[in-house]
Amino acid sequence: MIALLIRDLRLAIRTGGGFGLGLAFFLIIAVLVPFGVGPDSAILGRIAPGILWVGALLSCLLSLDRIFALDFEDGSLDLLATAPIPLEGLVGIKAVSHWLTTGLPLTLAAPVLALLLSLPEAAYPWLIASLLIGTPALSFIGAFGASLTVGIKRGGLLLSLLVLPLYVPTLIFGAETIRRGAEGLATATPLIMLGAITLGTLAVLPFASAAAIRVNLR
Amino acid sequence: MSFWEYANPKRFMALSGASLPWLTALTALVLGVGLIWGFFFTPDDFRQGSTVKIIYIHVPSAFIAINAWLMMLVTSLVWLIRRHHVSVLAARAAAPIGLAMTAIGLITGAVWGQPMWGTWWEWDPRLTSFLILGLFYLGYIALWEAIDDADTAADLTSVLCIVGSVFAVLSRYAILFWNQGLHQGASLSLDKEENVHDVFAYPLWTCIIGFVLLFVTLVLLRTRTEIRARRVKALIARERMA
Amino acid sequence: MPDLGTYAVPVLSAYGATGVIIALLIWASWRRGRKVRQELHALEGRRKDA
Repeated sequence: MIALLIRDLRLAIRTGGGFGLGLAFFLIIAVLVPFGVGPDSAILGRIAPGILWVGALLSCLLSLDRIFALDFEDGSLDLLATAPIPLEGLVGIKAVSHWLTTGLPLTLAAPVLALLLSLPEAAYPWLIASLLIGTPALSFIGAFGASLTVGIKRGGLLLSLLVLPLYVPTLIFGAETIRRGAEGLATATPLIMLGAITLGTLAVLPFASAAAIRVNLR
Repeated sequence: MSFWEYANPKRFMALSGASLPWLTALTALVLGVGLIWGFFFTPDDFRQGSTVKIIYIHVPSAFIAINAWLMMLVTSLVWLIRRHHVSVLAARAAAPIGLAMTAIGLITGAVWGQPMWGTWWEWDPRLTSFLILGLFYLGYIALWEAIDDADTAADLTSVLCIVGSVFAVLSRYAILFWNQGLHQGASLSLDKEENVHDVFAYPLWTCIIGFVLLFVTLVLLRTRTEIRARRVKALIARERMA
Repeated sequence: MPDLGTYAVPVLSAYGATGVIIALLIWASWRRGRKVRQELHALEGRRKDA
């Protein structure tokens, strides 16, 4: 399983598509929103938690359709499905690999972008905490969406339509954590809810995703 | 004869074919009575004036929108467990109806909300959850359309429906957490105090039943079409091979 | 028509929009049903002849 993980990571970094693209997109969003909303730092500071989370969400979306599609097209997915590793484990590996190349870099880059958006200082630790805890959910939910659409040509847009509504709980609790942190309020509740959702998706979605992949490989 | 007999397409077609004319007539009757009663023969509300008449379409459509999804959830589970085609085709048939009802709920809500609350839209928990439900319907329908193989589509959309339902419930709580709302609480429960007054309640219940009948009639009609469409595909495939 | 007072536009728009959407739904369902029925009829006719 580790070998698989390393292979996926190498592929993502080498072809360049997955790795840099998500980060660049995240940066672009952080730059575009002030153009759209106006440079008033008070306003930007207030909406920064939301922008950062929505930006992270959309950036994760970008590289999702590659998770399974490449292997599906050249037949390696069939081989992997019959390998000794359970398909659920494979899905987990793919999701983790996606997180390592998208969610994690986003989390690390977020504080820098938060500077551009005048995020209040008190919120920074909560920014990192909520993204760190929440982005794995984005990868696992995304992997589920990708498993549904793996057989569909140019299914990227459909993938977004399917996955974005599933992101709503994570988004709500993630952004709320940062917002409360910014105002100095208690952040325990949303953070715990966020963690619960992440753990839940990690535990359950690989099974649904594996089932979907088996259907698509028939 | 057990309920599962009707999972047999032939039996389903026979029964639905026989009952559809009656159901259609009954739907027209109940819905007609309910709407005419509500629109023409009820008084205005003290606070809401004549806009209270919108309740006769707003509440039933919202009711159906939510219950249509529940029906799709049940039929999707039946498909995954017992592989009855009629079941999953009924789910597929119900989805556009659910979507239409969601649209009606949102539009009538907005049009009612403008004079009453001074706004077309509010990010209040009920409205927001309802809007998200509309997105789930769109995704479900889009997935059916995107996949060629019928059984693959049936399986994947069923999985989507189930996972979607879990997230819909989660979202409901997340959205409640996110914003405590301004939409009126449940007004038709049997024990609540802020109940709708009887003079409105009777025509309202009639309309709700009418909408339920409309839903059942349309689902039966559309499921028959889906069953036929499946047979058409099978025949075309067979012709191609011959 | 009951006296809808100042709220005539919202009430009538609500009923109007609902009527249009439901009418479209029924019409589309009916039309697709008819099309598929005719297709099936034609195909089964061909099978009988073959």
